[in-house]
Amino acid sequence: MMAQAADFALSGELLRDLKLWRSRAAIVGIAALAVTALGAIAWPAQFFRSYLWSYVFYLGVALGSMAWLMLQYLSGGAWGLVIRRPCEAATRTLPLLALLFVPVLFGIPSLYRWSHAEVVAADAVLRHKHAYLNVRFFVGRAAFYFAGWLLCSWYLNRWSETEDREGPAVAHRKLATMAGPGLIFWGFSITFMAVDWVLSLDPHWFSTIFGMLFMAGQGLSSMAFLITLMVLLSYRRPMSEVLTPRHLHDLGKFLLALVMVWAYFSFSQFLIIWSGNLPSEIPWYLERLRGGWQYVGLALVLGHFALPFALLLSRDLKRDFNFLAAIAVFILFMRYVDLYWLVAPDFLKGSLGVSWMDFTAPVGLGGVWLAYFLLQLEKLPLMPLGDPHLEEALQHGRE
Amino acid sequence: MIKPVYGVIAEFESPTALVNAARAAREKGFRKLDAYSPFPIEELTEALHLHKNKLPLIVLVGGIVGGLTGYLLQYYVTVIQFPINVAGRPLHSWPMYIVIAFEMTILFAAISAVLGMLALCGLPMPYHPVFNVPRFAFASRNRFFLCIVATDPLFDREETCDFLQTLGPREVSEVAP
Repeated sequence: MMAQAADFALSGELLRDLKLWRSRAAIVGIAALAVTALGAIAWPAQFFRSYLWSYVFYLGVALGSMAWLMLQYLSGGAWGLVIRRPCEAATRTLPLLALLFVPVLFGIPSLYRWSHAEVVAADAVLRHKHAYLNVRFFVGRAAFYFAGWLLCSWYLNRWSETEDREGPAVAHRKLATMAGPGLIFWGFSITFMAVDWVLSLDPHWFSTIFGMLFMAGQGLSSMAFLITLMVLLSYRRPMSEVLTPRHLHDLGKFLLALVMVWAYFSFSQFLIIWSGNLPSEIPWYLERLRGGWQYVGLALVLGHFALPFALLLSRDLKRDFNFLAAIAVFILFMRYVDLYWLVAPDFLKGSLGVSWMDFTAPVGLGGVWLAYFLLQLEKLPLMPLGDPHLEEALQHGRE
Repeated sequence: MIKPVYGVIAEFESPTALVNAARAAREKGFRKLDAYSPFPIEELTEALHLHKNKLPLIVLVGGIVGGLTGYLLQYYVTVIQFPINVAGRPLHSWPMYIVIAFEMTILFAAISAVLGMLALCGLPMPYHPVFNVPRFAFASRNRFFLCIVATDPLFDREETCDFLQTLGPREVSEVAP
């Protein structure tokens, strides 16, 4: 049985809401980016730092959504159907994110010590790493990651639209077949991306779990974003008719699992380096655990792990739409703090500090990204009409 | 003299009929209900309002006790009983304790979940009156049963039987104690 497109088309009032959010996001975003651009002229070094960590955050939301999309084609489940369209819309923002990566390329000399020939020449470790850490290869790798991500995004969207029109006969198998290799590519590309763009800010340091930490972070950022969005959509047709507490409960469980996975990876990295106590490994943590940064670290332990973990244990709270959205928004905020804690101490060398551009850059990028995301979200009905499990997903938590 | 009964039991042919019957019986005001099915039915748990029980609390307490046990055990061994200087680290090296404290939390929580579940269900239970109903053997195959226990304040041998008859069962029978 094919569902009717009209059942899940965006209602007039929802479209009006989305247009309002979109124009507000665009105005705030462009204004904040304009102010940040002034900062770029006055103080380019600070601009590139603030831009880098903010950029990595929004890229994480889009790529995390892509991973959820592929995961749900592999695993199935009603949770996957209700978030599929928002996930697809998030992956369609990747062309915009590829464009927004250009300022990072201009920032290479300012951000990365290894890009200066005289620094490399004077440093034995960097000389050994030069075969990997050099500007040309760095740019080439970035182009390769984006090519792969754009290809995955194109494929996922193309076959999903085909499934809407022609039913699941061919399309669903195509999507399921692609999802496995796609997730493997995602895992590898995120590992290398994290090492290239963030870890190499301190080119002497290394950590093999760093990529996993980013995978967990991306999954967490995107799931928190999706939960917030689903709760906002649930006030208007068609999602007010579709979403049940059980759908949200499933998404809340993912949020809890990822809070734990993030804490597990973070602590593993810390414990191994702490117990090894080697001069090549500990400086990264020393920079992040003195001069005020230790309080940011403590805030992460409490706010990025302990508090959401304790609250998300409760079944009733996971089924409460507004409460879950509040936790999700809080987690999004802690994701900003986490990325700031990963990036900024490399530049500030042991003294806590924050620039006004660390506020305008995330607001600006976020506004522009959100406006583009909402534009993508409006294009298709909010549920995948051709999916063979649509009825099942709609009945989830209803009887 | 009328023989006392444990309760009355109705047999249904589908899980949906059982869930509807359980819901109707709750609405009618019956509280001492139990349902039997060959497989778990999540809606049934909701229909019978069984979600609220003490098990989560037992598991939480078990987990906390486990975590503290793990932590204090290591503290006792490495600080009090057998202090060794390892590469100049403090004796109370808490980061190293976390892993084992975490594992003990999981272990104790899991064990208390199993034991708590058995205790709350009253298991092991060598005798239960429902097995006096000959057709109850089908509860582990393809039939679904709803039992209203005689200790329910609203229980009346005849009326309760009649009420269960209205819910579309295959058969209603009395359960000998």
